[in-house]
Amino acid sequence: MPDAFLELRGVKTHFPVERGIFIRRRVGTVRAVDGVSLSLRKGEILGLVGESGCGKSTLGRTILQLIPPTEGGVVLAGKHLEQLRDAELREARADFQMIFQDPYASLNPRMTVYDALAEAIQVHQQVPVAELPRRVSELMQKVGLAPRFIKKYPHEFSGGQRQRIAIARALAVEPKLIVADEPVSALDVSIQAQIINLLAKLSREMQLTLIFISHDLSVVKHISDRIAVMYLGRIVELGAATEVFEEPLHPYTKALVSAVPVPDPDREKRRQRIILQGDPPSPMNPPAGCSFHPRCPYAVDACKTSVPALEDFGSGHMAACIRVKQIGAGTPTTNR
Amino acid sequence: MSLLTVQNLRASFHTRHGVVRAVQDVSFSLEKGETIGIVGESGSGKSVTCYSLLRLIPQPPGRLEGGRALFDGVDLLSCPQNQLRAIRGKRISMIFQDPMTSLNPYLRIEEQLIEPLLIHDGLDRSEAVIRAVTALEDVGVPGAAQRIRCYPHEFSGGMRQRVMIAMALITRPELLIADEPTTALDVTVQAQILELIKKLQLELGTAVIWISHDLGVVAGFCQRVLVMYAGRIVETASTEAIFKRPKHPYNRALQKSIPALQARGAELYTIPGLPPDLSKTLPGCAFAPRCEFAEEACRSADIQLRGVEAAHDSACIRVQNGTVKL
Repeated sequence: MPDAFLELRGVKTHFPVERGIFIRRRVGTVRAVDGVSLSLRKGEILGLVGESGCGKSTLGRTILQLIPPTEGGVVLAGKHLEQLRDAELREARADFQMIFQDPYASLNPRMTVYDALAEAIQVHQQVPVAELPRRVSELMQKVGLAPRFIKKYPHEFSGGQRQRIAIARALAVEPKLIVADEPVSALDVSIQAQIINLLAKLSREMQLTLIFISHDLSVVKHISDRIAVMYLGRIVELGAATEVFEEPLHPYTKALVSAVPVPDPDREKRRQRIILQGDPPSPMNPPAGCSFHPRCPYAVDACKTSVPALEDFGSGHMAACIRVKQIGAGTPTTNR
Repeated sequence: MSLLTVQNLRASFHTRHGVVRAVQDVSFSLEKGETIGIVGESGSGKSVTCYSLLRLIPQPPGRLEGGRALFDGVDLLSCPQNQLRAIRGKRISMIFQDPMTSLNPYLRIEEQLIEPLLIHDGLDRSEAVIRAVTALEDVGVPGAAQRIRCYPHEFSGGMRQRVMIAMALITRPELLIADEPTTALDVTVQAQILELIKKLQLELGTAVIWISHDLGVVAGFCQRVLVMYAGRIVETASTEAIFKRPKHPYNRALQKSIPALQARGAELYTIPGLPPDLSKTLPGCAFAPRCEFAEEACRSADIQLRGVEAAHDSACIRVQNGTVKL
């Protein structure tokens, strides 16, 4: 993509598995992320979905260089992040921030909102102390928190408010890219909606590029421009949010979409679920060929040997499956 | 006669910060083989309701303040402990959200599966093991005869939940209480587990109380739904009616805030404010401070669940007196 703001080039993140107490021997490798290439426009929201253990969080952390990639590179606004030295990287971090799942764990319980936000502002900017209170209240208003809470501690807030503080902290350095790792999974439905609206609004207003990691497909579909579906460390499908959701190409995406419960009794009756057999295999020992083939209802012999590449099936809707043409798009329904 | 009739159940927790009224005046009934869903957000009292039925809330700080729960003519809340013990785990069983914390990590699956059979059915060990292996096969654990010798940590999350289900259903209970059993699982595994429980329920004729915050799961699985808010049932009706014709502002607002039902990219409806603090007594309707239809009377009126349509009850006084059409 010529106007790419963020580009991932064949990113691999592998973790060694070691045994032994005194003599550590390497007994295997967990291929958490195994060759991901992607590019994002400025201001785009990409939803990253997949089940636990598929590598979506590791990919998010690798992009932000919280975990160095084993192979491949991350280019943000022309800068090769994996080649930066420590001091340069620290400086560059002002451009990219992360929001975590659990707002109870990601805030220091002994710091007031003011302390937490003022610290974040000062890390990357020289701001006179006298000006800090004003800057902090501005930030708080931006995320919908009343500035009168400025002297309160995290335990005095509800989960949703805490997530707002975490978002404010991420925004303090005026980043260009935010990776949000399951930012609404720990919240109740009515609170989820508030946070989703907030993130969508901020992305729009500040031209923020957002990578939204979640296992909840309906949330991702709602907020994202494009969706990437991961399975065992690889992207198996990528495309515009509505297309991936309504006309899925890859058999895994089909199963995933069909498994999402819809709060509509009529639709639930009409839908036919694709029930996958078994659990996802271990990323330490992934199956040969297409890693989805042991659970795939459409698998043929060729799937066991060749690793399918991500292929474009029109208008940027890509899937990594050799049988897309035979299977066709969409999910099964009974008497549509 | 109904299998279970709960009348005016009240439960509270006595804490240092005051009395938290977790469940207030909850009444409902359940027929043989029926599936009802209890939905609500965290703190709405859905779990406490079900734990109270089996007297599983720790007392103190918990306290059953009143009410009755008739199960086949026996009041579960006041019957002697030994009578309750004969029902709990035999005729009523429960599945919990997190299978790792409800399985004993020190015991092989075998020991845990046969325990209810030894206690309740008086089987001897070898018979019980045969039944346990069959039960594991029924829930789709491959290689059940070998896997039964494994410890809980050797199973994946989905497999552990299958073991829990096998354990809950091994005594062929008449009622199964499931407290968010699929919340910790991935969607594809959740679909497997839902399908499995539906199948077993059909075979055994078990009634199910399904507690969930996920309206989607409830829509596909339950015949009737109770919506709880701040310790009370605010609406109850058939699943169809709950989703198609909501009769309580809270239920309607909840559905409007779910992304799955809204157009992509549209701003989601949000319920303003926060759920109330249950340690403070609130006059009137607990949802009034967050409700777009609230008027003066809502903040003082005596709130009761009343029929507003055939088999459709709502606790909203404005729906009851017809001044609001939702």
